[in-house]
Amino acid sequence: MRRNAVAVVGAAETTELGVIPNMSQIQLHADAALNAIADAGLKLSDIDGIATAVETPQQIAHYLGITPTWVDGTSVGGCSFMLHVRHAAAAIEAGLCKTVLITHAESGKSMIGKQPRSTPADSLNGQFEAPFGVYGPPSMFPIPVLRYMKTYGITHEQIAMVAVVQREWAAKNPRATMKAPITVEDVLNSRMIAYPFRILQCCLVTDGGGALILTSADRAKDFRNKPVYILGTGESVETPMVSQMETFNSSRAFKVAGPTAFKEAGIAHKDVDHLMIYDAFAHLPLYGLGDLGFMPHEETGKFIADGNTRPGGKLPLNTNGGGLSYMHSGMYGMYALQESVRQMRGIAPAQVKDATISVCHGVGGMFAASGTIIFTNEK
Amino acid sequence: MAEPARAKPKPTPETQHFWDGTQAGELRLQRCDACANVYFPPRPFCPCCASRKVSVFKASGKGTLYSYVINHRPAAPGFTPPYAIAVVELDEGPRMMSNIIDCPQTPEALELDMKLEVAFEKLDDKITLPLFRPAKG
Repeated sequence: MRRNAVAVVGAAETTELGVIPNMSQIQLHADAALNAIADAGLKLSDIDGIATAVETPQQIAHYLGITPTWVDGTSVGGCSFMLHVRHAAAAIEAGLCKTVLITHAESGKSMIGKQPRSTPADSLNGQFEAPFGVYGPPSMFPIPVLRYMKTYGITHEQIAMVAVVQREWAAKNPRATMKAPITVEDVLNSRMIAYPFRILQCCLVTDGGGALILTSADRAKDFRNKPVYILGTGESVETPMVSQMETFNSSRAFKVAGPTAFKEAGIAHKDVDHLMIYDAFAHLPLYGLGDLGFMPHEETGKFIADGNTRPGGKLPLNTNGGGLSYMHSGMYGMYALQESVRQMRGIAPAQVKDATISVCHGVGGMFAASGTIIFTNEK
Repeated sequence: MAEPARAKPKPTPETQHFWDGTQAGELRLQRCDACANVYFPPRPFCPCCASRKVSVFKASGKGTLYSYVINHRPAAPGFTPPYAIAVVELDEGPRMMSNIIDCPQTPEALELDMKLEVAFEKLDDKITLPLFRPAKG
């Protein structure tokens, strides 16, 4: 894909985040979409492309009153929106549509107008994982981490620091769900969920949503906001069964999506000013730092424990507080993208000074899928 | 009211041989006749070379503990927490999810790379699950 050919010209989250008992899931989509359209200074009738996940594109298009010429319903978990950005950029470049709306929303906490997730007994997951007591992401996503820790010599204290550092970022963000400072001791003494992970190493469960509007870079300069250009993109999938990953020492989907985006962007790791790595659980930033090639996996735990990703550190990571402290409605990728866009616009609550390149890396399912988007504010 | 039962697998045409095997006290895997790749979960072709010429064989039932969590909450129906959800690396190569029985469900007792052997737990007349216990001797 051509670098900087497509830009984000509208970006917004739902008016409220957290517990939203007065809105159904589809209305959360609409709330985010209307906010993004207002942010871009557009009308609904300007939208000719639509992408969403879990909810179908036809559902969202009908609810909003949009008649699209391009549709993407890619639904591969929490990174679906990174894939939507990639697909939308290609579609705009190919002339299939001009102005794309990507929406996410989930009534993850209040569960209003939301179908519960289920695993059919005759699916492969239903036959070869469900009978052994997996029950929701906390019982599945951390399964690889003990192997990772043994292979690379990562300690419990180092992984606890992921949560500590992200709380430092969250403290700077008025919209973050959890802002009170925590220590490594707090993390390691918090309620056990699925050993080795305790509750402070697991993501929040909240309600909310977000939406993005993309158009060609040529048109982007006429919009009211500073355009945020798509510099590089990548995507992949591995397996819906965490037990069947090629190895627990890395994520194959990460290792395809991340480097593909870096190659497309034509940048080196030292060029990255700001980084988002989807943190449904505390081990994900370590996998991301290693698999995206920032450093060998052996060094990831120490890198975070030494404070390199905290406010003032050399590689600001998950600057909104992340899924651990900001919010996590079930599919967090949209919120990571929103924070990258804010950082590139220069309007983030914890703004990284003079940042020009932001890498936003997402995971879907339990290492099942991955998408990476690299943004820049310089054309 | 009956206790909530653990999730029960429902075999498909492609996986029936595996579940017939566990009922017969055998852990069955598949090997590609063309490239010798051993793979899991079951399917009637080789995911390595795409050959449809594959054979079912009885695995040794031996393996090692690759990784695990000890689940505390929320517990799945039919399970009493804390219980370990393990991934076992079979001697033949493939890995599979299972539970570790005859062993305290603690980090001290559950050592990565410990040797394991298959044990079969009958759920009903149709389904027997492959579980693992620490290998004897």
